[in-house]
Amino acid sequence: MKRLLILVAVLLVVHVALLFVHPAGAAKPPSGEAIDVGVVFDLGGRGDKSFNDGAYLGAERAEKELGVRVRFIEPGEGSDRESGLRLLAAEGMDLVIGGGFIFTDDLTQLAKEYPNVSFAGVDYSVATDANGKVIPPPTNLAALKFREEQGAFLVGALAALVGNSKKVGFVGGMDFPLIQKFEMGYKAGVLKVCPDCQIITQYAGVTPEAFRNPGKGKELALSQYQQGVNVIFHASGSTGLGVFEAARQTGKLAIGVDADQFKEAPGFVLTSMVKGVDNVVFDAIKRVKDGRFKGGVDEYGLAEGGVGYVFDANNEKLIPPAVRARLEALRQEIIAGTVRVPSVR
Amino acid sequence: MTSDPTLHPVGEAPSAATTASIEKRASRRIAFEEAVLPPLVALVLAAVVGDVLILSFGQSPSAVYRLLLDGTWGNAYGFGQVLYKATTLTFTGLAVGLSLRAGLFNIGAESQLAAGGFAAAMVGVLLPAGIPALLCLPLYLLAAGFGGGVVGAIPGVLKARFGAHEVIVTIMLNFIVLALLNYLVSAKFHVPDTLHTPELASGALPRLSDFLEPFHGSAANLTILLAIATAIAVGWYLFRTRRGFELRAVGMQPAAAEYAGVSVAGVTWRALAASGAIAGLGGLNYVLGYKHYYEEGFATGAGFLGIAVALVGRGHPIGIVVAALLFATLSQGGLAVNALVPKQMVDVLQAVVILAVATSVPEVRRLLRGARAGASRG
Repeated sequence: MKRLLILVAVLLVVHVALLFVHPAGAAKPPSGEAIDVGVVFDLGGRGDKSFNDGAYLGAERAEKELGVRVRFIEPGEGSDRESGLRLLAAEGMDLVIGGGFIFTDDLTQLAKEYPNVSFAGVDYSVATDANGKVIPPPTNLAALKFREEQGAFLVGALAALVGNSKKVGFVGGMDFPLIQKFEMGYKAGVLKVCPDCQIITQYAGVTPEAFRNPGKGKELALSQYQQGVNVIFHASGSTGLGVFEAARQTGKLAIGVDADQFKEAPGFVLTSMVKGVDNVVFDAIKRVKDGRFKGGVDEYGLAEGGVGYVFDANNEKLIPPAVRARLEALRQEIIAGTVRVPSVR
Repeated sequence: MTSDPTLHPVGEAPSAATTASIEKRASRRIAFEEAVLPPLVALVLAAVVGDVLILSFGQSPSAVYRLLLDGTWGNAYGFGQVLYKATTLTFTGLAVGLSLRAGLFNIGAESQLAAGGFAAAMVGVLLPAGIPALLCLPLYLLAAGFGGGVVGAIPGVLKARFGAHEVIVTIMLNFIVLALLNYLVSAKFHVPDTLHTPELASGALPRLSDFLEPFHGSAANLTILLAIATAIAVGWYLFRTRRGFELRAVGMQPAAAEYAGVSVAGVTWRALAASGAIAGLGGLNYVLGYKHYYEEGFATGAGFLGIAVALVGRGHPIGIVVAALLFATLSQGGLAVNALVPKQMVDVLQAVVILAVATSVPEVRRLLRGARAGASRG
């Protein structure tokens, strides 16, 4: 008994002593001058090498280049999403960003409750009413959406141009509208440069699990490669790791998605269709800083740098100059509006 | 003890009674110390570990702890969030605690919670609109209890009939049930572009902020009363009924209980089914009280944290409620201090509390027993 009390007492003394330690780099309370930005991550948090990391990079760049101050919150369970947004809004942040379509409902509600705070939702899903008419988000809420189909169009054209085969492949994750956008853009891109090409399209499943199934990805990719496909574009999260594995095994090519996935299978990654979450987040912060922020639906396509494909030292040997020139010409045509890319089946 | 004066000198009787009452008081004190000291040691230990972690992130411990308290008990909204999280944790803690009393380790609260929430959400979609909440409530209770109860009864029956170990079965069922719910929601019942079901047609419970304005925005709702009622019911069942006594007897000495005429198989499956049902009721906190729909992953981790709540609460309803408040405070506080330190710091603190309680319970008991033996010798 006595020993136990001594233990508690010693621990208490240590604790109280440590309370008085103030390291030099300790955070200071927020001040009124700088623009304050809060970011709530999607479940999964930092370190996913994709969505959340993109949001982090964009906000970090804004911190360095624009001198804004950024706070991050990583939610745990479901109720933490609203709680995180609310904590930031209640603190009087100038801009609160929710990273992921799952924030849609919470952002809509909070934007109404805090009319003086600006909100932005990456991949915010805009609701439509019974007649299919778009219900606009609140005036202080910006829906940051991507034109994935435009980036997919370019990698589709690339796959057909360098594939050296009349067959090109597509592996999707979960079969739902967001991934169908990738599929439709990709198909249109292939057919634009090779009207008699055949596109083999397969999905890993109909549940979110389809984004986490590398085994299935490899199986689908191997069967496509065997049918004579030389290039496969995947839009399937970590299921795509299996696609890369199959590419390495058969010595064929695969195209990555969301972020530059060159490192997953060096030499076998033709390119990656990137979604510039970092650019979009940076842009939203910059607009608040410049006093240009307004609510509504903002779509980021090729013109706005929201989507694109990777062309750098790693893959320039795989893409001949003539092909590169053709792609850039297509990019200009899409931006100019002379080529229209479908996004729904 | 007899009071027959012919056998005992009159003068001795009161002194014997006093000794008995002193002994009773002493044993009560020891029981109290055994219950209260381990969590206390755990808390102080967690505080020190927290200090070191915070310093390693280059932040000041006093600032972080102040922010943690300000963001939880320091304002009505934060406190509301603590109450909301504690409500779910009370259900899962009671679920695990009840099974622990029967000597069974239910690791399946995570999926039982989800199944209960899903069943309630389905009932809510089927109900016609405009039915008063009071009429719907029994239906929702039945649905959530049934949903969780079925998931709990499966390992119970497998254990009672075939001796399949409940830990393995409940862990594996977590995967199966969560994957099944996942499929049902994303393939059949979801609202387009979301991962949740349609809203309940009627019978949603009001939030606390409807009565107390300062709670505005927090998710705390009337399900909290249900949690308190469940805690009381579990306590009453365990300590005041024959069935509860049988359950505890099986938990302490199954062979002896069997010998005394208790059906161990019956107690086993009933305890696991009841445990699952209680965890299932926890789903109402989100579905009935907060969002009014079932969403994929609405309470991720709350089932597993329930194990910690039950261990720290020592399997006693009062302890479980207190432990639920503690873990809810840490969880909500983690969000509040997220600006200064990573969220994982709070996860580490929770783990320290659990480890410290788990190891200090036998240690504390040994020390207390030693002190008592020493005192009686000296």
